[in-house]
Order: sequence, then C-alpha cells, then structure tokens
Amino acid sequence: MRLFANLFETLDTTTSTHAKIDAMVDYFRGADPADAAWAVYILIGRRLKRSVGPSLLHTWLIEEAGLPGWLVEETYGSIGDLAETVALLVTPDPPAPPDGRGSTSSELRLRDWFHERILLLPSLDLEEKRRLIVGWWRSLPYRECFLVNKLLTGSLRVGVSRVLVTRALAELFDQPRTHVERALIGAWDPTPEFWGAMMRDESSTDSTHPYPFFLASPLEGPIGALGPRKDWLAEWKWDGIRGQIVRRAGQCTLWSRGEEIITDRFPEIVAAAAALPDGIVLDGEVLAWRDDRVLPFAQLQQRIGRRKLTQKILKEIPARFKAYDILEWDAEDWRNRPLQERRAQLQSVLTSLASKQIDISVGLREDSWEALAVLRESARTQGVEGLMLKAWDSPYGTGRQRGAWWKWKIAPFVFDGVLLYAAPGHGRRSNLYTDYTFGVWHGEVLVPVAKAYSGLTDDEIRTLDKWIRSHTREKFGNVRSVEPVHVFELAFEGIARSPRHKSGIALRFPRIKLWRTDKRAVEADTLGNLQAVLEQLQRDVR
Amino acid sequence: MISDDLVVATPRGLYCTAGDFYIDPWQPVERAVITHAHGDHLRGGSSRYYLARPGEGVARIRLPKDAFVASLEYGEQHTFDRVRISLHPAGHILGSSQVRIEHDGCVWVVSGDYKREFDPTCAPFEVLACNVFISEATFALPAYRWSSTPIVAREIFDWWNSNREKGFVSVLFAYALGKAQRILAELATLTNEAVYVHGAVASLVEAYREAGVTMLPTFPATVVSAKNFAGALVLAPPSAAGSPWMRRFGECRTGFCSGWMRVRGNRRRRGYDRGFVLSDHADWPGLLRTIRETHAGRVLLTHGYTDAMCRYLQEQGVAATALRTEYGAEN
Ligand SMILES: [Zn+2]
Ligand SMILES: [Zn+2]
Repeated sequence: MRLFANLFETLDTTTSTHAKIDAMVDYFRGADPADAAWAVYILIGRRLKRSVGPSLLHTWLIEEAGLPGWLVEETYGSIGDLAETVALLVTPDPPAPPDGRGSTSSELRLRDWFHERILLLPSLDLEEKRRLIVGWWRSLPYRECFLVNKLLTGSLRVGVSRVLVTRALAELFDQPRTHVERALIGAWDPTPEFWGAMMRDESSTDSTHPYPFFLASPLEGPIGALGPRKDWLAEWKWDGIRGQIVRRAGQCTLWSRGEEIITDRFPEIVAAAAALPDGIVLDGEVLAWRDDRVLPFAQLQQRIGRRKLTQKILKEIPARFKAYDILEWDAEDWRNRPLQERRAQLQSVLTSLASKQIDISVGLREDSWEALAVLRESARTQGVEGLMLKAWDSPYGTGRQRGAWWKWKIAPFVFDGVLLYAAPGHGRRSNLYTDYTFGVWHGEVLVPVAKAYSGLTDDEIRTLDKWIRSHTREKFGNVRSVEPVHVFELAFEGIARSPRHKSGIALRFPRIKLWRTDKRAVEADTLGNLQAVLEQLQRDVR
Repeated sequence: MISDDLVVATPRGLYCTAGDFYIDPWQPVERAVITHAHGDHLRGGSSRYYLARPGEGVARIRLPKDAFVASLEYGEQHTFDRVRISLHPAGHILGSSQVRIEHDGCVWVVSGDYKREFDPTCAPFEVLACNVFISEATFALPAYRWSSTPIVAREIFDWWNSNREKGFVSVLFAYALGKAQRILAELATLTNEAVYVHGAVASLVEAYREAGVTMLPTFPATVVSAKNFAGALVLAPPSAAGSPWMRRFGECRTGFCSGWMRVRGNRRRRGYDRGFVLSDHADWPGLLRTIRETHAGRVLLTHGYTDAMCRYLQEQGVAATALRTEYGAEN
C-alpha cells in the first residue's frame, strides 16, 4: 500500500508526462502481480462500489477529530476534500510526512487491502465498520489514509490518463500499445492471472471483448486545409451514446464507450443484432428515435435512468443504432483496412440485414466544403451536434490520434448568468471554490439554471476564490451563497424542459466562456430569454 | 476611537503611541522596529531602522545603501521615550525577533513570524511572559502540523538521489531568504556535496556564511560555472519557476518547499513534481503551545487564518481578536 500511495502521490503532483510514465514503470517493475493488477484497475479509473458513504465519514470525523465541530467544518471548507481532511486531522501526532516514510503500519499489500479489508466491509454492521475504519485512520500515515478514504467512498480520481497507463505498460512489457489497450478494454478482474496474461501478451479474452474506440479531435483550423472534399467522408455528428455491437460465438453484446455492457438496456437493438452474421463488430451510436427523427439526448438519458424498462418506455422512447464503421468481419480484425473498404462492407452487411433498428449513418452528399458548411448550420434543427469528417484512406485507430477524424461542431448557445453559489472543486482544485452555480432573472429574483466548472484561467479562479470567501452570504455544508455581483458568459449545447429544476429548464453541457467584468448583475439574461431558445428549438424540430 | 492599547494597528502599520515607533510598518515612518527582513515586514523608505544584530547583514542587502540601521543585541534594552523595548529570538530566520515592549509595568510582545522547530540557521524561539501577545497566525488551522525537520531533509535528499540516478537535475524552489539557507544547513548533516544556487539565493547565502552559519558549499547556477548540471541539486526562488532561466538545466524534476505543501490541492496546483512540507512558521500545535506558554491574558492575531484561531481561543477562555495588517506575502 505504501508503494502504491507513493506512486499515487507522484502521479497526482507532477505535470510531467515523462515523470508519470517513469513512476508507473518503476512501480510495476517492483510490484507483485496481484498488486500490479489492482494498481492497473485503479489507475485506469475502474471503480469499486462504495463501501461507505461520505456522510458517514463526515460524522465519524467530527466525532474523532477532538476539535469543535465548527473548526472541523472550517478546515474541511479550506481543504475542500473530505478524504484529505480526515488524513490531515486524524493521523497520529506528530504526523508522518506526506511521503509516508517513517511509519510501519502500512506494510499491508495493495491486494490484501482489498481482499482482506475493503471488500469485506459490506458484510459488516455499522458499528464494526466504524471501528475498523477509524482504526485505519489512527494507524495510517497521511498518504495511505487519504487513499484508503478515497477507495472507500469510490471517489478516487487519478492524475493520469488511460493512454498514459497504456504507454507505461507497453514500455514495461515491450509490447505495442494496441495490445495493451486491447487487454485493458472490456470486463476483467484484477487478478495475478490477468496480469500474467497481459504480460505474456495472450489476453485472449472472452468472446464479448470490444475494440478500443477511435475518437475524433475538434477541428480547429480552416476546413479548406483538409484538402479536397472527395477525400473525406462527412456524416452527422449524432448526439447519443457511442457504442459497439459485438456479435461472436452466437452471442451479442452492446458496449458503451464507457466500457459498460448496456445489452440489457436496449433489447430492440440486440434483437436486431441477432440476425447479423457471426464474427462481426460494429461501431456506432445508440440514439432515441421516434417518428423518423432523432430525439434529444435528454430523452435517451431518461430511458437509461429507468430501473425497469416498461413497455410504455420502449414505445415512447425507442432506440436505434446508427452504425459508423465495421471493425471485425468474418472473425477478422478489419481495423487496418482503409475506411473506404470498411464502409463498403458495412453498407453491404446492413443492406442485407434490412433493419430499422440497426442502419448506417449515411454519408452526406454535399460535394463541396461550402455546401457542407451551409448544411452544418442546420445541424441544430436536425437534432445533431454538427458534422464528422473522416479521411477515406484512414484506418480505425485507437484513442484520440489527430489527423484522420475530425468533429466539426456547431457553435454553442450563449447567455449571461450571475454567480449565485460556489463549492470547492475536486482534485487539483479541491481547496479552491471552483464549482459554480449561475442564475438568470425571473422577475425580481435570480433562479439557478446552470452549474459549471470549467472555463476560467488559474488566475481568475484564484481571484474569484478570494472574493467568494469574503463575500459569502450563507454557508450550507461546503456550499456558499455569494452576493449576486459577478456576471459570466456561459455556453451550452442544448436545452430541455425539466420539472425537476426550479427554473423548469435543464441545460446540456453548460460551461464558462468569459468572465464579463464589464457587466453588472442587472444586465444578465432572463429566464424568458432561455425559454425563448427552448421554444425556438422545439419549433425547429416540429 | 481612542484606545489605551500600547500597540495599535494604523494605516501605516502596528504603532506604539507611548514610544512613538512602528513595528514592521508598510509605509515609510520615522522610527521602524523590524522583526525580520522578509519583504512583507521590512520595507524601504523609513528614516531609522532598529533590528537584531544577527539580522543586520541580510537586512542591509534588502535596504538602500544609505539607510540608517541601528542593531541591538538579543535581550539588549533600548528606550523610546518612557517605553522600554528589547528584541528576542523568534526562530523564524537568521536575526528574526520578537519585540518585547514594556510601559508602566505592562508587557506586550509582538511575535513577528516565528516557529518552534529547531533550525540550525538561527537562534531558537524564546518564550516571553507577557500581558498581551500579538501572534502571527499564518497556518492557524489544525490541518497544518509539521513533521520533524530531519525526516523532511531526508526526503529531499532521497528525491535528489533518485533524480540523480536517472540523470535528471533536481530544481528545488524555496524562499530565497531563510528557507533556502535552512535547507542547505539541514542537508549538510547528510552529505557534503555542493549545491547550485540561483542569483537571488547566492547573496543571501553569503550573508548567512558571514554570520557563521554552516551550510553545504554552493556555486552560482550560471552556465559558465557548470558544463553540465546533470544529477545536481539547484536551489531557486519560486519566481524562477517556468522562467527562461530554467532552460539551462535541460531534463529536470522540480520540487517546492513550503508549509502550504501540506495540502494536496496546493501541491497539485503548483505543478511541481514534488512538494516538501517545510515551513518557517509555527504550525497549529506550535501556535497554541506558544500562546499558552506566554501566559498572555489577551491575544491579537495577524496574518493567515486569524478568524478560526480567534474563535478557538475565545472558546478556550482567551481574549482574542484579529488585527488587520498587510503582512502575509512572504518573499
Ligand atoms: Zn517572515
Ligand atoms: Zn510574515
């Protein structure tokens, strides 16, 4: 555990890619296979079910800290992260350095931490849980204490991308990255056997295994720089759930890009896929689709949110799979063939399937960039996010490799909102107020309409944090309401009615574009302005 | 509002009316008693400066050449009108002082910045009994507790060595005055190798050597003095991070030494490869212990988390209030 905690600290602190990869390679080289498998599991962001909720930890912290409750809250407010506040307040006195050296109580191996401790917690009653966890707090040095709390609450975010983990493992095993990537995708258990198979490059894996998704990069330069239009496939950029249909060994599995199996959630798609020939993998988008047009993403979300798929839901929000690509045909990996060849094959497969539930995402016919640009302007009324551009000669890569696939999105909607509430951020910004809630005018009052985290520079965040601390009106837990003074320009991708929100609307992917220091709160937008956008959108859709 | 207090906060700084002098003023005044030479405590433009003899060398580096400086030995009495003052070690940096002020049988102590940990570069903090204690509160939250300095020194040394094995330069950022010299002195117990220092650190290291502080040998981190920095340790002020000056080192790993490194958010946001928790300020237990040991009936707090400390002390039955000052930005 100590070694993994030290690795975590390095990954967490450094911004150097090299330093991160070095640290991982060093760790894995010295790690036991069982520990290494668990480490990979955590590093690529797989999560265990949380074994204890943050509110319990919070209660126990106040009981255990030996300090007035308000002071614990004040400290939590300043640190911004519960797991860390525990580690800072409850570790033995004097604390072991953040490095964790100088303490002997953390020699339990990473594997054993899971198998002998954390995974056993769910079967225990509350008192027993409390006794054990508080005991760990009192015996672990800072780093491990922090890490254990994060694992318990299932909220660990590691400062390392999956791509970097893949690079480190590829370097360690001296294998191509694609092999490692393939081994890591899909369902696997963190066992020494898994580690061994990956090391020997024989992650044969089971028959449901998907391929790593190839992702597009946002188009930044002028469209003309891509060269002749005829070298590119242009499609709508559908706004659904990216997925893969894996049809092998008489079985059919639907995977989401988040590497979840969502087969059960979309019975109509899976039923249609049963008629596909064996040994085939399709890449595409799961969409809510009714009366010959795509439904807003919010509806698809609603359907996923339902615990039980009733006949009513299936009828109200039917789903479809728009296929983009064919990755495997006749049990052969087709990813290195040019897109042109793959699309021809895809077309022929889907023509003979003749299913509405699985059809092709058509190539757009506009034969000049200018014509495409005009079409793109109409994207919103089509219920899509913009266009996708894919080079006809491109293979199906892994991850986000620039150059072959571009997304050409439509400009977002914007409005001016007033900062109303602030809460501490996560990770890198956990001791700064960086999670903001914005409101717009509804008569004389400001109603909250959007939460946003990203978009400000570090300097702006620091300035705003200082201001928030000295202009707080009320505190609710670690959320502060502030004087309604600051105006921000916010962008968003979509808007839907939402009875769950006080404002009656929900914005999709809101984010901060600009701090409008030139504007006063009275100049911010009104709820009426946003409702007008919603109505306009609904008119367009009709 | 008229106050009977011996020391009050004024727009120019902490002021002793009865003795007509200021302590660490942030605007030019006639008589300035200085606790130490950090930028937020020692500012130029005053007519006369009074400070502790061991701190004279570093203060002179930071003051104009023609500044009038009177230095007092630790413990030596000096009289301003009917007020007796004396300076006593604060354990913060070389020559740092607490100011003891006595008038009509009443004793006030202004702590300046201080710490309770052992520091080989300066005289240890002296506990002074007083009626009113004006204390700093930079790290006045219970989350801030320091590990023992030798453990942190060992961490720094191990980090340097592991970078060296890979052929990387270790660039360690630390405040140029005080922290950098303390690191050089602490590392001297682990090795006798030379360390490269940034220009802003070099002159202060010289002043420390002249005051008799034992530290590792140092070279200026100029391109001519070293053909190749590979494997070396370099000490630099935080302002050098990300500047073109860094280019000379090629492949390097960076670290930062500060009490703020206790908190993960700070370690991450700074973007250094490593954070080392080493502070020249008192931690939470250090502040509480000191306040207790002075037996002061009244405590006034400057810099940092003054509000939390105030409320905590009040609940413990100590009359505590916050004083508005402009201290805080060390450098
Ligand atoms: Zn200072
Ligand atoms: Zn200070």
